[in-house]
Amino acid sequence: MLDATPPRALVQVRDLKMYFPIYSGILRRHTGDVKAVDGVSFDILQGETLGLVGESGCGKSTVGRALLRLYEVTGGSVIIDGDDVAHLSPEKLRLKRPTMQMVFQDPQASLNPRMTVAQIIGEPLVEHTDWDTDKRLTRIYDLMDKVGLNHRFANRFPHEFSGGQRQRIGIARALALNPKFIVCDEPIAALDVSIQAQVVNLLEDLQSQLGLTYLFISHDLSMVRHIADRVAVMYLGRIAEISPRDALYARPLHPYAEALLSAVPEPDPNVESTRTRIILKGDVPSPANPPKGCNFNTRCPRVFDRCRVEKPDLVQVEPGRHVACHLYPAQNTSAGSTGRTEASEHYQQGAMQ
Amino acid sequence: MPDGGDAVLDVRGLKTVFRTRGGEVHAVNSVSFHLRAGELLGVVGESGSGKSVTMMSLIGLLPSPPADVRGGEVWLGGRDILKIGDDELRNLRGARIGFVFQDPMTSLNPVFKVGNQIMEPLTRHMGLSRAQARVRAAELLDLVGISDATKRLSSYPHQFSGGMRQRVMIAIALACDPEVLIADEPTTALDVTIQAQILELIKGLRQKLGMAIIWITHDLGVIAGIADRVMVMYGGQIVEQAPVKELFGNPAHPYTRALLQTIPAISGPREDRLQVIPGQPAIMGAEPTACSFRTRCAHAFDRCHRENPLRRPLDGRPLGTGHDVACHWTPEEAHA
Repeated sequence: MLDATPPRALVQVRDLKMYFPIYSGILRRHTGDVKAVDGVSFDILQGETLGLVGESGCGKSTVGRALLRLYEVTGGSVIIDGDDVAHLSPEKLRLKRPTMQMVFQDPQASLNPRMTVAQIIGEPLVEHTDWDTDKRLTRIYDLMDKVGLNHRFANRFPHEFSGGQRQRIGIARALALNPKFIVCDEPIAALDVSIQAQVVNLLEDLQSQLGLTYLFISHDLSMVRHIADRVAVMYLGRIAEISPRDALYARPLHPYAEALLSAVPEPDPNVESTRTRIILKGDVPSPANPPKGCNFNTRCPRVFDRCRVEKPDLVQVEPGRHVACHLYPAQNTSAGSTGRTEASEHYQQGAMQ
Repeated sequence: MPDGGDAVLDVRGLKTVFRTRGGEVHAVNSVSFHLRAGELLGVVGESGSGKSVTMMSLIGLLPSPPADVRGGEVWLGGRDILKIGDDELRNLRGARIGFVFQDPMTSLNPVFKVGNQIMEPLTRHMGLSRAQARVRAAELLDLVGISDATKRLSSYPHQFSGGMRQRVMIAIALACDPEVLIADEPTTALDVTIQAQILELIKGLRQKLGMAIIWITHDLGVIAGIADRVMVMYGGQIVEQAPVKELFGNPAHPYTRALLQTIPAISGPREDRLQVIPGQPAIMGAEPTACSFRTRCAHAFDRCHRENPLRRPLDGRPLGTGHDVACHWTPEEAHA
């Protein structure tokens, strides 16, 4: 990270929109949209981990899938390593796929139960290379070593493994084509507490060995604090705040980020008994019918009149920190941009440490 | 909060075995504990540690076969409820023991209005008329923080959000004013901000109603905030038991210690690398003859491979009141 030149943004997302149409009535007319992702912009720098957090239904998984074009996006652009993935032709997209891969939440559902481990890990190689069987097998063994799976297991089936080991198989498959960018969609959510640390340490080791860039989607805010360099907090299809990890956890700016962090229980009874918690009222509104103005105004403890009429933009309010909230006026330097200025600021922060 | 009250529930030597095609699984191995009046007892463990099965067996909720409650006694209100008949047990459940399950969508019946589902235990156990039960049901919804309660009685479960459904479940469990409430991972399926709402609700209800609660979870953070006393389960056994501050401040069992170190912190110093517990959680194919944590334990020595450790008190007080641990190894700090 601390080269002479600032790290470049490997992934640039601009005004990403992902609407799912609602059809209703006898004629199945298009009557509305579930605005799962509604105008999201961020960068992920080469070699960094961006944590993406939020509650269920906030659109964080949809962002991850739209980035890899597992959905056809409604609007915006996703530039990964120089190409706009959202608008590539099918042939070009196919050639692009090896650079971007995904690790899924549920290793049970994302591995074909009728394929052996070797077949699962080797499938991307069959699709994207013209290697012969021997060369493929060497690579499969190499990948199994990397993720800590014994070679003896190569001909076994997914059901013979525990959850943690299955997730290792999923990670090996994602690594098969030497990707630059991996979307990790809740990779540890289905695992036991004592197994989560094993998988997270593996992801970190692989990142430093192979120079990977991660988008780490999770609802586990403690784990995101551990693994991410910067964190984006999503609420109802929009980003509420993007900040460097330490700054966010020390002093969250957006009222939602503040409430979310204060809701996380800490495994320390002394802290818990003295802590004042911000209890949000009510539930998350439906993304098919989001509130006017700021989408958090129905639950926000610090709401005022302007929030109910005007939608706040995501603006830089402190160096490296972007917040979408009327409480925080934009700094003049690079208002409204999450682009290159931020990249260089991030670099400066890193260099100072 | 409460200390030294009478035991409302006393479990001794409970054993539950599942008969599967792959052989027997010993899910609960001689579990003994008691629950005092007004106390909140936290039960922590990973999946497969036997925490849910223990609670399900003691109120006869496990299908048999495959489950087989092989032994033990469960004393509630002066009677061993493992010995009583199905009909009596059915009268007991809901009336004296309330249950809240993890997933509120699957535990509510989707085709009945929530009002009817709250009224069912009231008419069945308390002998209320439908009109009386309806009034009481509205009171209960109000108690668990659902506004506009009378109107909401006519809603179906799908018209509620996840957090609201869990509130309805709690209302049903509380309907007959039970002495014991067993909550099995009640907030695991909920988002953190909704979880915070439910935890606040439970804290408030405890002060109002004063029932004893068993709270099963894998989340040590939740336990730290809500429990008076904590039991840690591993391999179908209680490996450590202590008042909450004692357990978190001075954990004695290597498993508890490792578990506390493996979770990253949300505040304070940030660790560069997470501590790892190697290996997989144990599945007990037979009654334990050695420590079930020995293969993953950093402190295991030859005795751990020969002999299953019994719970022993750590501070000289009798079992179950102070701090006890099932481990042969003695941490150096404990001597200090």
